[in-house]
Amino acid sequence: MPRIATAFRLLANDRLALGAGVVLAVIFLLALVGPFFVSDLATRPDLLKRNAPPLVLENGFFHLLGTDTLGRPILARLIVGAQFTLGIATAAVLCSMTIGGFLGLIAGFSDRWYSQVILRLADIIMSFPSLLMALIVLYTLGASLTNVIIVLAITRIPVYLRTTRAEVLELRERMFVSAARSMGASAPRILFRHISPLVVPTLATIAAIDFATVILAESSLSFLGLGIQPPQFTWGAMVAAGRGYLSSAWWVAFWPGLMIVITTLSLNLLSRWARMVADPQQRWRVQSLRR
Amino acid sequence: MTTSNVPLLSVEDLSVDFLSEAEPVRATRSVSFSVEAGETLVVLGESGSGKSVSANAIMGLIDTPPGLIRSGRLCFKGRDLTTMSRAERRELNGRKIAMIFQDPLAHLNPVYSIGWQFAEVFSEHGVAQGREARERSIKILERVGIEDARARIDQYPHQFSGGQRQRIMIGMAIALEPELLIADEPTTALDVSVQAQILELLKSLQQEEGMGMILITHNLEVAASVGDRIVVMNSGEIVEAGGARSVFEHPSHAYTRQLLAALPHAGEADSDNRRGSVSADKPLLVVEGLNKEYVIAPSLFGRSAKVLHAVKDASFAVRVGETVGIVGESGSGKSTVARLLMRLTEPTSGKALLRGRNIFELQGSELQDMRRRVQMVFQDPFGSLNPRMSVFDIIAEPWQIHSDILPRAKWNDRVSELLALVGMNAGHADRYPHQFSGGQRQRIAIARALASDPELLICDEAVSALDVSIQAQVIDLLADLRERLGLSYIFITHDLPIVRHFADRILVMKSGEIVEENDTSSLFVSPRHQYTRMLLSASPKPKWIEAAE
Repeated sequence: MPRIATAFRLLANDRLALGAGVVLAVIFLLALVGPFFVSDLATRPDLLKRNAPPLVLENGFFHLLGTDTLGRPILARLIVGAQFTLGIATAAVLCSMTIGGFLGLIAGFSDRWYSQVILRLADIIMSFPSLLMALIVLYTLGASLTNVIIVLAITRIPVYLRTTRAEVLELRERMFVSAARSMGASAPRILFRHISPLVVPTLATIAAIDFATVILAESSLSFLGLGIQPPQFTWGAMVAAGRGYLSSAWWVAFWPGLMIVITTLSLNLLSRWARMVADPQQRWRVQSLRR
Repeated sequence: MTTSNVPLLSVEDLSVDFLSEAEPVRATRSVSFSVEAGETLVVLGESGSGKSVSANAIMGLIDTPPGLIRSGRLCFKGRDLTTMSRAERRELNGRKIAMIFQDPLAHLNPVYSIGWQFAEVFSEHGVAQGREARERSIKILERVGIEDARARIDQYPHQFSGGQRQRIMIGMAIALEPELLIADEPTTALDVSVQAQILELLKSLQQEEGMGMILITHNLEVAASVGDRIVVMNSGEIVEAGGARSVFEHPSHAYTRQLLAALPHAGEADSDNRRGSVSADKPLLVVEGLNKEYVIAPSLFGRSAKVLHAVKDASFAVRVGETVGIVGESGSGKSTVARLLMRLTEPTSGKALLRGRNIFELQGSELQDMRRRVQMVFQDPFGSLNPRMSVFDIIAEPWQIHSDILPRAKWNDRVSELLALVGMNAGHADRYPHQFSGGQRQRIAIARALASDPELLICDEAVSALDVSIQAQVIDLLADLRERLGLSYIFITHDLPIVRHFADRILVMKSGEIVEENDTSSLFVSPRHQYTRMLLSASPKPKWIEAAE
């Protein structure tokens, strides 16, 4: 418990990170409970109100941000779309981070044949056009939520894999690793007890940036008819749908785009904070300095 | 320049704080000193004494925050540096005030040639360009003793040795003929023989140019060999200041006396040693014909592959309760011996019998058993402890690895016991390594090494990174533990004097070979090999004695 209290105190000292934390908490809370209040507003077309401008209250609260090309209130759609958007992005980012990080640990630590295999696999994934791979996988396996997540995760694995490997190559030459080896520590112990804690902050930072990439990548999959299909939708799909109306109804694409930016920015600020807290030599930046 | 009696640089009442969540840490407390042109001032102090902070304040290198200059004036020829604009400051830094750092490799950019980096010094300050800059660079390189400078100017930093790199750094610092040179531990990373040359170079440059020089060091011998005047710092304060000779011969402050007493050379008498008492002639470890070769740059056609002999045909023995010192400069292969014995690298050929069993053939559970009985204490206490593990986790790690040593219920008590054994207290167990000083960290590392009840402790430069007074304490601790626990040691160091009162026998290594092996007392009294004699005479002599000679 004191650890959690300390974490909150350190978070409170970094105003930006605190703000980011609050914003993220609100977004995730809305994604969880919001849809119960919105009912079918988000999916029922109302052609009379199509492309209604934002910041007008006369149609009711949910029309505050305007309506889209089929007259559906954008605010309601943002709330309902958040669940799929955040769900897919979180799952895909966590998968690619875990798998990529794990394979990177192995590839960096061991000089055996399988590290070479891992690295060449990463090369193949990177040189293969990701959209083409997505097409093949989704065509053979069929479009489903799980398959979308799998495809998105696989295409992002190399980033984590290579970063982890590079860090491990440096860390494994550090003296505390030699010390552990001289005491008889096994390879898994060295990797997970000694090396991982120093790699994870870097991976978390990349993951935060990757979050936006994955949201947009998912939208291009949906655009090709391979991702989430109507009537279900995500923020990425909302941006894509509004693209044709930028000159006449900018708000259709603007609001979901803004949500993606806000979410990614908050994640970045939080990961920056977490990185400082995890590093004993940077921790003073988030502590309240006493003169 | 001798217009008035304003000193070249004066530091008055300098107080610097480093802010933290707890009380601010005061790095320097009302520090005042001054340097005249043509004079060398030595700032002597152990780590954490505030000596580098003072120098960084002069160069404007303190990050604020977390640093905070509470009070003080820094006057360069009467102009206050603290109130100067950044542009004025840049004009002074490098041109009038130059600095040399401890680690020349870290301060030379590896992707540019030496010539390029020299030319940058000239062009950055608008002094010279192109061909002229190049000619001047060559002249300076010759000046600081780089042979064949014209041919080597286009080489890159990694193609020079450590001593040469430090010469290059010195060359860059004096390129613009500064009036004040600040040298922060310029020889600490170098071998003793190279250290002597660099100090000689600094002294002659300073005399010829008439520069003022501030030399910051923790090394008393270095201080004595270059200093005209000395200020001694301890925990942020100046405790003693005066002429070099009087400070060394008649120290007035207790701290200075304590420092001088901790010098390994201090007790020239051979009697008060801390050597072990080898009772029976029982061999613990016998090393026979140990070889380690590294193949460098294997060529595509298998013809010109070069082989580096890191260890050449080394044979020696360690008896039960004995301390064997292995002494050599960098690249002599002494650390490779340690890594081989720990099975951190595999030998090319040779045997090492630990109680009759060859270490190099052990596998599986036998290897794990060896890893309990032989432990290592590493050179750098900052690097050998995982920064993200608590002291408890660090010391308990051997018990996690070898699950049969100690039941988990007893871990708490045993950690407290071990901490007490190395002179720390049980309350330290849940702190993290960065909260301790270098000496304390090395104690933690020793406690960890003792956790698995070893018979043989290999100490690889275990005290080299520590201050002299701490060195003495750690060696005392090791000697105590040897008597109480019946340990044997292999003690590896580049510093011959340090093993004098501790090792029973000494092996001297040079380029992978053991060139001399002898009892400690005979080795110091009558060294047989020329290299040993050179090592013994390489420690710097005080300036006043040298002048008299």
